[in-house]
This record gives sequence, C-alpha cells and structure tokens, in this order.
Amino acid sequence: MEQLKTIGRELAMGSQGGFGQSKEFLDLVKSIGEARSKAEEDRIVLSEVDILKRRLLEPDIPKRKMKEYIIRLVYIEMLGHDASFGYIYAVKMTHDDNLLLKRTGYLAVTLFLNEDHDLIILIVNTIQKDLRSDNYLVVCAALNAICRLINEETIPAVLPQVVELLNHQKEAVRKKAIMALHRFHRKSPSSVSHLVSNFRKRLCDNDPGVMGATLCPLFDLISEDVNSYKDLVSSFVSILKQVTERRLPKSYDYHQMPAPFIQIKLLKIMALLGSGDKNASDIMSMVLGDLFRKCDSSTNIGNAILYECIRCISCILPNPKLLEAAADAISKFLKSDSHNLKYMGIDGLGRLIKISPDIAEQHQLAVIDCLEDPDDTLKRKTFELLYKMTKSSNVEVIVDRMIDYMISINDNHYKTEIASRCVELAEQFAPSNQWFIQIMNKVFEHAGDLVNIKVAHNLMRLIAEGFGEDDDDADSKLRLSAVESYLQLISEPKLPSLFLQVISWVLGEYGTADGKYSASYISGKLCDVADAYSSDETVKGYAVSALMKIYAFEIASGRKVDVLPECQSLIEELLASHSTDLQQRAYELQALLALDARAVETILPLDASCEDIEVDKDLSFLNGYIQQAIESGAQPYISERERSGMFETTDYHPQDHHEVPTHALRFEAYELPKPSVPPQASNELVPVPEPSYYSESHQPISTSLVSERESSEIKLRLDGVKQKWGRPSYQSTTAASSTTPQAANGISTHSDAGVGSSSSKPRSSYEPKKPEIDPEKQRLAASLFGGSSSRTDKRSSSGGHKPAKGTANKTATVPKENQTPVQPPPDLLDFGEPTATTATAMDPFKELEGLMDSSSQDGGSSDVMGLYSDAAPVTTTTSVDSLLSELSDSSKGNSRTYQPQTSKGPNTKEALEKDALVRQMGVNPTSQNPTLFKDLLG
Amino acid sequence: MGIRFILMVNKQGQTRLAQYYEWLTLEERRALEGEIVRKCLARNDQQCSFVEHRNYKIVYRRYASLFFMVGVDDDENELAILEFIHLLVETMDKHFGNVCELDIMFHLEKAHFMLEEMVMNGCIVETSKANILSPIQLMDKAH
Repeated sequence: MEQLKTIGRELAMGSQGGFGQSKEFLDLVKSIGEARSKAEEDRIVLSEVDILKRRLLEPDIPKRKMKEYIIRLVYIEMLGHDASFGYIYAVKMTHDDNLLLKRTGYLAVTLFLNEDHDLIILIVNTIQKDLRSDNYLVVCAALNAICRLINEETIPAVLPQVVELLNHQKEAVRKKAIMALHRFHRKSPSSVSHLVSNFRKRLCDNDPGVMGATLCPLFDLISEDVNSYKDLVSSFVSILKQVTERRLPKSYDYHQMPAPFIQIKLLKIMALLGSGDKNASDIMSMVLGDLFRKCDSSTNIGNAILYECIRCISCILPNPKLLEAAADAISKFLKSDSHNLKYMGIDGLGRLIKISPDIAEQHQLAVIDCLEDPDDTLKRKTFELLYKMTKSSNVEVIVDRMIDYMISINDNHYKTEIASRCVELAEQFAPSNQWFIQIMNKVFEHAGDLVNIKVAHNLMRLIAEGFGEDDDDADSKLRLSAVESYLQLISEPKLPSLFLQVISWVLGEYGTADGKYSASYISGKLCDVADAYSSDETVKGYAVSALMKIYAFEIASGRKVDVLPECQSLIEELLASHSTDLQQRAYELQALLALDARAVETILPLDASCEDIEVDKDLSFLNGYIQQAIESGAQPYISERERSGMFETTDYHPQDHHEVPTHALRFEAYELPKPSVPPQASNELVPVPEPSYYSESHQPISTSLVSERESSEIKLRLDGVKQKWGRPSYQSTTAASSTTPQAANGISTHSDAGVGSSSSKPRSSYEPKKPEIDPEKQRLAASLFGGSSSRTDKRSSSGGHKPAKGTANKTATVPKENQTPVQPPPDLLDFGEPTATTATAMDPFKELEGLMDSSSQDGGSSDVMGLYSDAAPVTTTTSVDSLLSELSDSSKGNSRTYQPQTSKGPNTKEALEKDALVRQMGVNPTSQNPTLFKDLLG
Repeated sequence: MGIRFILMVNKQGQTRLAQYYEWLTLEERRALEGEIVRKCLARNDQQCSFVEHRNYKIVYRRYASLFFMVGVDDDENELAILEFIHLLVETMDKHFGNVCELDIMFHLEKAHFMLEEMVMNGCIVETSKANILSPIQLMDKAH
C-alpha cells in the first residue's frame, strides 16, 4: 500500500543549497536508504569503510570533497561502525577558514569524540582562536564545540574568553557563552563558582533567547542551593507573567502559546523555590492561578503547561484555590480519551495525593481503567500511583495486582523494580504473616533472581520467629503452611536459586517438625533439589545442611535413621566435591550420623535457629583444662605475636582467637561456626555477650560460596562436628563451651538492619482479609480507595466525559481565534505568520495524529489519505495541502499535478527540478524503500 | 540533565540521525537504539507516546515512516518533549520544505546544526524557528 502511495510521487527534495554532493554520496545514501535489513546495511557500511580508508589517503583532496568524506564518516558511526581511522580528518577540518567546513568539522568531532579523547588537545587551540573571530558564527561554532568537548582540565584554557563573550553584542553568542558556562559548572562547579553572578545578570538580558537559556543553569544552581536564590522569586514570577501576557516576540510562540518552553522552565524553577516556603508560594499563587485560567487545554502544549503547573503546585505550599484548580486539571486529563493525557493525569494524581490524599477517590474508576489498560506505559504509571497510595487497608489488592503484573512482564529492569516494591509494601503493611509468606513466595518464584538477598533472610527469620511471644500454635501453623507451600512448589522446574535456598532452609528446620511429613519424604525432596540444581553450589550447600538437620532431629528423637540411597550417593559425591565448602558439609553430615542421640541434640537442637549464640571470645571455660595441662607438664602457650614480635603475622594464625581476624582469609570460615552452638535446649552455658560478632558473620553468608555462607542457620549447630574437622584446639573448645546455656532465648542481638525492622512489622497486626478477588471494577475500586462506587457511577462518569470531550474539541478553535486579535503586533523575525492564522482553525495536532493513525494502518490507507486531504491544514508554518493532495494523486497515477493552493508554490517547482536532478543521479522513487520520500508532516 | 539523546529512526529500525548528550560507546548506542526501536514499533497509535526504558523515559512521535525519539530523565515533562519534537519537525519542514526522510539523509549535517541551536547541554535553549534557522541560512547564502 505504502509503495502504491509513493510510487510516482514527486521527490520533494531539500529546497536548500543545491546538490553539492557527488554521485558517490548520493549512491551511498540511496543504498543505505534502500537497505532492507541490518545485515545489508552493515555490508554497505563496511564497504564504505574500505572506500573511505583509501580515499582519505589520496593527496590533495579538495575541501568540498573532504567535507563529504567527513559526513560519510558520520554515517559510518551513526550506523554502528567504527570510523576512528578518520577522526583526525575531522579534527583537521575544524581548522578550516570556511565557516561551513569548520562547522561540519566541529560537528563531526563532537559526534566522534568524548571529552577525554586524546585528539581534543589538538582542537583546544582552534577553539581559542575561533572564540576571537570577528565572525560571530565562527564564535558560535566554537562555543558549541566547547559545550561538548571541554573537560575539567581544559576549562581554564577557554574560560576567560567565554566570560568575555557573555557581553558580546550578538545575542546568539551571549546565549551560547552562558551555556558554555553552564557546562563548566556541571563539569567542575568550583571552576566557575566565582562567576555565578553572571547567570543572574543574563537573566535580565534584553534578548529573550538569552534569558530563556539562562534559566537552564539557574535551574541547576537553584536545585543545589535554594536559599541563595530566594530573592529571585519575584523576578521569575514577573518574567512568567510577562511571557503569559505575550510580551515576548511572536517568533517564540508555539501553536499560539507564548514561549511555552520558557514558561515550563520557569515553572520548574518556581517549584524549587516555593517548596516549603509559604512566602514564595504566596507570591506565585497569582500567576499560577492565571495560568490555570488561561491555558488552552485543547492543545498538547497547553496541557504541557497545565501539567507543569500541577507539578509546581504539588511542590509548593499552595492555597486551597490552586489545589482545586490543579485537581480540576487532573480530572480533565483523566477524562480525556488521549492516553498521553491520561498518563499525565495519573502522574499528577500521584503528585497531588501527597498533599490532598482524598483526591484520588473521585477518580477511582478512571484509575482502574488505566490500570487495566493494555498500554504498558499507562499501566506502570498507574502502579506507581497505587504504590504511593498504599495503606494497610488496600495493600492486599494492590500487591496482588502488582504481582500479577510482575509475572506477566519480561523486562528485568522493571521486574526488579516492581518486585522490590511488592516486598517493600508487604513488609510495611502486611496484614498477616501468612499473607506475607504467600507474597514472598510469589515474588521469589517469579523474580527470585532479581530480589535482594536480604529479602530471603527476612523471610527465613519471619518463619523462624513467627508471631513471637506467646502464640506457639499459630507459629507452628505458619511454619506448616510454609512447608506445605514449599513442598508444592519444589518440583516446579527452574526455581530461582535464592528461593531454593529459602525452601531448603525451611524444610530443614521445619519439614518434619509437625510430624506430618516423614524424614525420608523431606530428605528425598531435598536430594531432588540438590540433584536438579547440581551446578548451584549454594543451593546444594543449603540442601545438605537441611538434610543434616532432618537427620539430627530424627536421631535426637530416638528414631532410627535410614539414609535414602539417593542421599547416600549425594553425600558420597559431595565428599569428593571440588568445593571445600560442600565437602566439609558432607563430612560433617557423615560424622553426625555416627553420633548418639544426646550428642546430636546438643549439636543441632530442635527449632533453635533464633537462639542467640553467645561467644566466649576469651575461651575462659578452657582455663581449667589448660591449668590441668600445665600442671601435668605442658608448655604454656606463647602467642605468635609474642614469639615473633611481629604484629602483622598474628592475624594469620588461628591460634590467636582473641581477635577475630579482619582479613577475609579462610580462617574466618572456620571460626564462624563457633558462635553457633546454640543452646536453647540444653542448659549449661556461660554466655558472653557478643552481638557484633554475630552480625559480622551473618552478612557474608549469602553473598559468597565460602563455607560461612550458611552461617545464619548452620552457624548455630555445626560446632559439635567442627571440632573434628576444624583446628583442634580452637574448635573443640568452642563446642564444649558453647553448651553453656543461658537465657539466650528471645533476646535478639541481631544487628542485621533490614531484617529486624521488617520482620517486626508484619507481626503487629492481623486484620481479617476482605474478599477482594472480585472481578468487578467497583469492587476493586472500593478495595483500593476504600470508597464505595457502583456501576452506575461508572456509566454516568464515562457518559459525562464523552460529550465534554466533544465540546472541548469544538471550543478549542474558538478561543484561539479570540486570542489572535489580542496579540501584540508581530515582532520581527516571525516567519510563521501567514500560515499561522489559517492553522488556528484546527488543532494541528489532532490532524497530525489522525494522519499518523492512517499511515500506520496498512489496509486501505490510501483511501484514508484521500479523506485527509480535505482536512489538510496541518502544520502552522507549512502547508501540507500539497503533500496530501500529492499523495492522493499519486495513488491514482504517476503523473504530477500542480496544486494551485499550495502556499509553497516555488518550492514545489524547485522540488520538481531537484527531482529531475536526483533521478538523473539514479535515485529513483520507485525503488525499494519508497517511504524515504514521504513527507514527514504529510 | 533533561534530554539525554535524540534519535530519528525509520520503521525498518534504521538510524537516520543520532545525537547523544551523554557519552555512550558505539556498542552501547547500537544496543540502545535497537532496544528502543523494538519497543516503540511494538506500540500502536492509541497508546501513550511515552515508554520507559531502563532508566530513560522515551518520548516518541511518528511522522510518516520516521520515528523521532527523545530520551529524557524521569522528571522531564513528557508532553513538552512531545511538542519539542514537533517543533523540530516544523523547523526542518520550514527549512527543507515538505521535509522527508531523504532530506535528513542528504542533509544530515544541517539537521544536526538545527539541533545544535535548539539543544545544548541537554537543555532546550532555543525555540524560535527564526533564530534556529538563521545561522544555517547565513551559511547557505555564503556558499
């Protein structure tokens, strides 16, 4: 279809400058334009690389030719290939006296080089020279280059000249000099800290372009230090007022809106200045109110300004009237049919909800519509809003929705974000532990590889600590439900590693606790896990430790342990593992199986993961033993430090247990288990408070494969075994010692930050769940917003806004025309005038978007184009009549007809000539990629 | 920082103009452009003209076969950027007359010159078409 439309269409080639380009260049562009695949394009570019490499070495290349080569280099890089072989030629071209060539050279250099490239040094000199030029365009070109190429080191080389140029008589130079200073400020604030007053000065520049540009650096400065600029509040307000009163030249108008981009920048600055400042906010309120009244909400640009006003109001301390106006604007956005406006509305809602929490309620149905919209962007924005308005009454609905969405997307970046939001909300507002575990399971199952490892530890801790204080029954229920859910999930293929770690841990701790599942059943499952994820050593380690716990509990309770054959073979395999960690675990397990019930119970007491382990660093409990040994003739121990007199070595010697080595050597791993032997069940310990030790060991667990990784659980119980495998003197003693009991229970000394805070919260409240899985929107609305709404509400509201929309469209044209006469006499430089008035009759955007619709649909689009040719006045400045009629013509035949009403008569003619020229050169519109010739605005 | 990059890419995913306001290596650019184009192409005209991509927000607008895509920071006013794109197209149209994809290809440097006038340091600094085009016209005259 597209081809049909374009075949025979005239080439509307550039009207400017003629075709200086060579046939070769035209051919290159043509072939790139016609390339049908990336591979084809790559081939073209690669052969172009070869050609240019040769050409550039030729002697005496004419300048024009050279310029063309440079552009071809730009093409090569733009299409993703390396053109570094030609950089030097671009650098050379910046030296040229000819302005066009110089500027092309600068352009290429800024595209090719980053600010730290070695070649830049060759350009600084040229820049310095150009800054002194009499031709202001040369100065501008140099300033452009400065904004891209000058880094911290080279700032001093050009700074004095740039400062001088701030007073240049040409406004274009002043503007660019300001931006150069802006760049310096970004690169190295200290280099221009003595010059910031210049930005204030330029704010009063009598050229609006300079003033507008100055707002950019001022915005940066003010965001860094609001208080130093409070005196400018009234200046900004007055500038904004003047802009809205159309005091700027008309050439800054955009779609009848006076200097909208300057207005937006001003509003951004005002938001900064008015934040938390009642006084400043009051000064602004007048002009903001005016903006709300004046802004034409039928154009995109008008809405852009309205949206910026909403943002501003959400930052400052607004009066109730402004809030109301903002709320009104938001509701208009939300009621619009345009997704863009809905998006802005949702965003605005999210901002305003901070100051007036009730505002969301009246828009609940619109919000839900957006949430259910297939448009991903809108959906995400809505989730952001929901995230902001989550409270304990609606957390279940919101998090459920988020999780469903999380499951449905593939984008890891966003998945991570939404997963962490789910976790955050669940931790903050969870109505019950049960629910929390469910949510965590889902998060782990579907995004386990993306969430922070702390989350896993939180979950384990929650399951271990349960509801806390008195409700043991509920605790075991919770654990059973966790175990059950894991047994269900465990056979799912490809679970994330982190989740498997949690599962293994919980199964090890509580798998058999309830008596519902047999040890062999659980251990079989654990073997399956170790087997299925045999490449994941962490998971295997967790699984083996879990097995050990299961067997320990069995032995301790006096039952006979039958090690399943698969477990046996797993253990044997791990005994020979390359991972010393796994090997150690396997040996420990093997050793444990040989111990008697009493010993095992001491090593791994039941459900003792939360017990605090007190470590007697001084090993005072050994005193008696040592005393005995010395008495029987042993040499007293002399520490390494004392022996050698060297400090450094000490840390490397395990014997020196008075200091936990800070080095990350293996020794640490051996020491870790020491704190564990936890006592809850047995009762003869001498605890020494040692909180920091605990936390120290707690952290690294997860992150590495080192054997300490599992310390959170295992640390508690390995010691008994450890004495056999660890360093004898040290380990054995710990084991013996740590059988010391004390009221360690319940006193939590963990300093692991994230864990503590989160696990305590969900515990606090258990609210009965509301049934919320009702598919109906109003139900959803009710659960989200807490308000009630009915179907009829919905209908009336949507019925209400459709007509409103229609009228909005109609009225759109009216006020515009009203406005035109009010405009001040056109200022110089306004080229857009003649057509602007005709364009007022229609919203150019509506038209354009309509066109875009039509061109995107493949079937029957030519007819649609025909239709649109009636409604042609599309752009303000250019008539598109010609294009559209050309389009419809072309669909009928290949002949060209002049369109008398085109405002671009001469251009069309010119285009025709160029067409002929281009055809001669071999660029033919009938070729493979006809869309090349399609007018962008058409 | 505001605007992080401006891309013009056609429906086939071929880059027609690329201007980055922060440094990315060739490979990064290639990958980024590919991902963005795929995302935008998958969307229909009723959907928002905004897409989130990594830590960028892409505001895009389609004219005939050509997508104009502007990568911005999260706190940028999307609607304003959308209109900025249109201003750019209008400006090019004013200069080239009935601007089409091929105009940009044949006059790549001029399209860049216009952008150089409009955007510096990732900020919109000039929005008057007359001011944007006057240096280019002067250069044309001189040749």
